[in-house]
Amino acid sequence: MHRKPFAITLDPNSGLANHTGNWRTMKPVYVDRLPPCNHACPAGENIQAWLYHAEAGAYEEAWRRLMEDNPMPAIHGRVCYHPCETACNRGQLDEAVSIHAVERFLGDLAIKEGWRVQCSPLRGKRVLIVGAGPSGLSAAYHLTRMGHAVTVHEAGSKAGGMMRYGIPAYRLPREIVEAEVARIEAMGVTIRLNTKVEDIEATIQDGGFHATFLAVGAHLARRTEIPGFDAKRMLDAMTFLSSMEGPSPLKLGRRVAVYGGGNTAIDVARTVERLGAEPVIIYRRDEAHAPAFREEVAEALEEGVRFQWLRTIAKADQDKLTVEVMELDEHGKPKPTGRYETLEADAVILALGQKVDTGFLRNLPNVRLSESDDGTIEVDQCMMTGHPGLFAGGDMVPGEQSVSIATGHGKQAARHIDAYLRGTEYTKPPSHPLATFDRVNPWYYTDAEQSKQPVLALARRRATFEEMVGGLDADTALLEARRCLSCGNCFECDNCYAVCPDNAVIKLGPGNRFAINYDYCKGCGLCAEECPCGAIDMIRELK
Amino acid sequence: MSTPRIKFYQTGTYTAGNRLLDEAARTVQSRMDRMNSLNSGHRACQGCGEALGARYAVDAAMRASHNRLIAINATGCLEVFSSPYPESSWQIPWMHSLFGNAPAVASGVAAALRAKGRGDVKVLAQGGDGATVDIGLGCLSGMFERNDDVLYLCYDNEAYMNTGIQRSGATPPFARTNTTQVVGEAPGNLLGTGKNLPRIAMAHGIPYVATASVADLHDLETKVTKAMDMQGARYIHLHVPCPLGWGSDPAHTIRVARMAVESGLFPLFEAQFGTVVDRTLIRHKVPVERYLELQDRFKHLFGPPPNTEAIAALQAIADANIVTYGLIV
Repeated sequence: MHRKPFAITLDPNSGLANHTGNWRTMKPVYVDRLPPCNHACPAGENIQAWLYHAEAGAYEEAWRRLMEDNPMPAIHGRVCYHPCETACNRGQLDEAVSIHAVERFLGDLAIKEGWRVQCSPLRGKRVLIVGAGPSGLSAAYHLTRMGHAVTVHEAGSKAGGMMRYGIPAYRLPREIVEAEVARIEAMGVTIRLNTKVEDIEATIQDGGFHATFLAVGAHLARRTEIPGFDAKRMLDAMTFLSSMEGPSPLKLGRRVAVYGGGNTAIDVARTVERLGAEPVIIYRRDEAHAPAFREEVAEALEEGVRFQWLRTIAKADQDKLTVEVMELDEHGKPKPTGRYETLEADAVILALGQKVDTGFLRNLPNVRLSESDDGTIEVDQCMMTGHPGLFAGGDMVPGEQSVSIATGHGKQAARHIDAYLRGTEYTKPPSHPLATFDRVNPWYYTDAEQSKQPVLALARRRATFEEMVGGLDADTALLEARRCLSCGNCFECDNCYAVCPDNAVIKLGPGNRFAINYDYCKGCGLCAEECPCGAIDMIRELK
Repeated sequence: MSTPRIKFYQTGTYTAGNRLLDEAARTVQSRMDRMNSLNSGHRACQGCGEALGARYAVDAAMRASHNRLIAINATGCLEVFSSPYPESSWQIPWMHSLFGNAPAVASGVAAALRAKGRGDVKVLAQGGDGATVDIGLGCLSGMFERNDDVLYLCYDNEAYMNTGIQRSGATPPFARTNTTQVVGEAPGNLLGTGKNLPRIAMAHGIPYVATASVADLHDLETKVTKAMDMQGARYIHLHVPCPLGWGSDPAHTIRVARMAVESGLFPLFEAQFGTVVDRTLIRHKVPVERYLELQDRFKHLFGPPPNTEAIAALQAIADANIVTYGLIV
């Protein structure tokens, strides 16, 4: 430094010699946290990542990111019960992001635009999949993308499993199922319809398969005895719902009793309503204890479905049912009261749950059934049964059952099968800690209500099988995607860069996020405090 | 305030930038080519609101003046922490003279530039609340009444912080400072004292008076930019929390400033030629306790026993501001 008179004209920037970073006791570090939506997704989607692209209107990129985990977004956007939205942090601010609506928009756009997925070149291994439901199709998709030749054997005359034979068309139009299945087939997956596997070992040997994934679902109806009732007028939910896929629906009469309190019972009753009959749901516990989702019950009530809560069917004579009134004990268990009522019914549909038909596995002693009586089979953490190379997932393994859980199983199984075929084991990379709402600085987010999907007029809902809920248009889908808070992951809002009083945050440019200049960072914590999404931790400085 | 509020862009214009916003709608502070007029290495305390406010305001002024700006600084924290001999953290032409004469020096610089025909160079004067509302008020009033071509920025941290937290004419009622201790019948600063400098500036009928806060960067930058595009005497009063003097967490500097705005205690408005022309609306109104409880200087109000009368008096000030400036629609 050259000589200057005392206290006159200091050189610009000479203060840089003063490394104020040595004042620090705490230091900011950038982190990535696991968003609650991703954490809750049964299909293992990276929801925040695909919303990030959708926010910018880059729909094809968003769809491709989504497709890395789930090959059927148009289906899931319609039928998934979206646990992601229950977990969404925005729900604590105003309303959750309508993730399913954006997913459906992307799925429908992909069908309209005919977007296709790239696969790896074939690597010479052959995989058999039994069952073309969500789990089997998901596994087929992922295995094909990994370069394996996949053949699916399906007992039914069409692919889709429960998506076709269990979920009514007013919730999931069949052309959507067909389009998403066709896209998987177009990748090179062979689906053999009307091919029921009777002897699994023989099928594997005849086809020369190196690994097998079982995903036959749960189709055997649970039944109950109703004394005095004509068996011809009693059928199960699966038989009834799958008959809707046939040339003409079954003739049931005018008054139809549906026995059960799950989502299937609701689906059956709403289908009966649409056929012009009068459904009544009979369930042994009350509405609060019914396994059906609240919104399903509410929609059924809107459509005119009647409910007889706290009733069991005791007996039947001619066209009358005698039901016993139940009451709940303190544990929510129903107890008989000895009081009886009668109600008229021309038919009874049993919606008491399904079991797995495992007859085709009888020759494999190493495949063990689970302890429950539902016929599900045990798998290890790699989704493999006791028989080497034989994996299973979806409704035929113990646990909760849904299309998205089954789809998630398909992906997990594909990873384990791929590892098995390579002679290794797949280990899930460790997850980041959860991005909780208390880490969000909500002040920065614009107030914005959830976009609502259009709903069909009630008169049409009651009389037709037209899709009940409509999709979002492009403008609304964009706004909805932009409601995402990006919990726990930097979205480059520049707040940390702006709020530092010491110019100690370095902006690395679009897509590259930021770094801290620890020479000057005094550790005040303003950046962490003012980060909208909680992507900065303050940690103790090690001395 | 007329800052565009863009709906649905994830955060709108509440964050400094956002990849979904047009470049023009992002702040100067979000730009990679921002000037950093006050650079790293300065000796302000952790989380200093004044350093932050100066970075925001001077960078915006530099951009608005195409980097042709001379800054005059009064004595105070900002001057002391940015220029301890032989270092300077400024990257702009910057001059310091005395505690009370910054407006007069700025007037002189403006006159010199006019004499030299340098209409392209702008003059900025800045000082803390002590230099502005107390010691330099005579010079400032003269600068205003002559309508000298200067933008004066007051960084209001509500006491003499540099010399050890003594009360100033901008210290709020009930606040503890080292000269208004929490003792006696009326602990803290006396209710009914102090002055409102933005209103005093307005009374001079100068072209532009505005208040701004480090809690609202877009609003602050818009006002500085607007002021830089005007001629004559202009005054902006910035609310800048002081973690040391206010006894707040350094990480809470912006939150404290935000609570002052959201409670109505620090109204954000603009006035032209003596008349209020616009105000920034409160987004989510909060009771004054949300502001007070973040600061140790008001700790005595929360007891035991709580001084509900004092809190009610501060709430009344906030409520009156909300009515006067129409802060809630």
